[in-house]
Amino acid sequence: MSPIHISWRSICSKPLSSSLNLLLIAFGTGILTILLLASTQINDKLEHNSKDIDLVVGAKGSPLQLILSSIYHIDFPTGNIPLKEAQSLMQNPWVKSAVPLALGDNYNGARIVGTDTNFVNLYQLKLDKGRIWHADFEATIGSAVARDQHLKVGDQFYGAHGLSGGSDIHKAKAYRITGILQPKGNVTDNLILTNISSIWKMHDAHHKGEDHDHANEASSENEHQEITSLLIQFRSPMAVALFPRMVNESTNMQAASPAQESTRLFSLIGIGVDTLQWFAILIMFIAAISVFVNLYNSLKDRSYDLAIMRTLGASRGKLFLIVITEGIVLTVAGALIGIALGHAVLGIISHFQESSQAKLNALYFVQAEVYLLISGLVLGILASIIPSWQAYNVNISETLSKN
Amino acid sequence: MITLKSLSHSYKGGQTIEFKDWHIKTNERWLLLGNSGSGKTTLLHLMTGILQPSAGEVNINGTSIYSLSSKSLDQFRGQNIGIVFQRPHLIGSLSILENLIIVQRFANLAKDMARIKEVLASLDILDKQNAYPAQLSQGQLQRVSIARAVLNKPALLIADEPTSSLDDKNAFAVLDLLLTQSELNQTTLVVATHDKRIKDPFSNTYIL
Repeated sequence: MSPIHISWRSICSKPLSSSLNLLLIAFGTGILTILLLASTQINDKLEHNSKDIDLVVGAKGSPLQLILSSIYHIDFPTGNIPLKEAQSLMQNPWVKSAVPLALGDNYNGARIVGTDTNFVNLYQLKLDKGRIWHADFEATIGSAVARDQHLKVGDQFYGAHGLSGGSDIHKAKAYRITGILQPKGNVTDNLILTNISSIWKMHDAHHKGEDHDHANEASSENEHQEITSLLIQFRSPMAVALFPRMVNESTNMQAASPAQESTRLFSLIGIGVDTLQWFAILIMFIAAISVFVNLYNSLKDRSYDLAIMRTLGASRGKLFLIVITEGIVLTVAGALIGIALGHAVLGIISHFQESSQAKLNALYFVQAEVYLLISGLVLGILASIIPSWQAYNVNISETLSKN
Repeated sequence: MITLKSLSHSYKGGQTIEFKDWHIKTNERWLLLGNSGSGKTTLLHLMTGILQPSAGEVNINGTSIYSLSSKSLDQFRGQNIGIVFQRPHLIGSLSILENLIIVQRFANLAKDMARIKEVLASLDILDKQNAYPAQLSQGQLQRVSIARAVLNKPALLIADEPTSSLDDKNAFAVLDLLLTQSELNQTTLVVATHDKRIKDPFSNTYIL
């Protein structure tokens, strides 16, 4: 029968008020855990995906939408840009490398990206199996796509029009998988890569009928060919200020900076996160008050118990320990339950998340969770220090004579 | 051997009460007689180290108990003094068995289940060992509180008004238990009471 055991039995003897306290603390800690995990993961994903890209050029519209669609592959593209204009930007001396993207199709939710081998260099992709695509209708797929769709090298699949859903399938031509990429921990894991002309041909065939002969039209239509966007790396930092202005003012296209837009996006989410955070802290504070009130009130009934324990040989220090342990056990157990709850809820959220690119990981742990546990401990000490001090100072003679 | 020497206590109001000296030899049985308000409880608290006297000395088997530190005094009390209160008060969140285990643990003695069962059996309540205090009758609780007081084989067993709220039959039953247990456990017995019904078995009386 250690002090912890006695405290534990005392908690168990008041199941209603103890579970109310546990619930309050678990709820507060749970919300904080979810916020912590989600915002760290989103922040990580934002930074990890855009770290080597200085600028995105695409059709005019919302710059945030352009970034979201071209880098994070979550929103819809803003539209198309003429290949010719894009090519003239690619020749610009400030541009170190430029990766063209042609978006618009998907396979069971995984986006099909028409691009060139610069994409592989930009994201430093490595092959796990097979080889990079060469010819039309060859595809190299990300590791998550291979895993989730059970695809392997040599398999064939049909792309579908649009960025999700499979109602409008391009039946004319199937893609053949030539390679699977190594996991990279960013958005490329969820992409299907092919060359741009595959995307064009897929759409030509789609629009003009399956049996149309398009051998002699390719060169004549070159002038009207379009892509979705360009991912650009600059040669010098000078270009950061001048190049976007040049694009925005002298062409029909817009330039958007991933760093700026990510910051803007995060500051938009941030307001909500801050509000929720304060709300959760308020709940934990209320929980601490509730633990305090509970211990304080129960001390009136328990002072006789405590006096008896003293007559049985328990020292003042032991009584202090018994009462403070009760508070700490409640808040730390509450914090632990809250953290577990946070992970569980995140797991449920990610289970119902449709876009695999922004999927949250429930088994992701951050160091700050240790601080949550410590704050549970501190709350417990704060809530029970006054009742414990009273237990320490209980006047045995007076308490025993009263009854 | 218990000695009280020129003991006095000052109440909060400033009123002072002085107690005449008292020598109790080992295994003697004493009745502490006095009307309500005469200071019986105060004297018991002074004797057991619960209440610091304003002057005087309490010596139990060679230890002057108020020269001990607060912590050692608590431990000394746990090991050498057993107290039966007027109303049996047990820790409600613990079972009967656990209520007795903490008596050994608080006194810093090893947990001894055989001893606990022996005492429970001698008081005829062994079958209640896993019950909780709220499930026991008043009489059974009284027995448990006697078991608690004698568990550590104390040098001194003290009972404060153990019979005053009981009818004749139960009063003598409790008295009988106290006498049997003090004999069984070789303890000196002091019963504080204003209940003159029970004075017969006692050869020594200290009157306030």
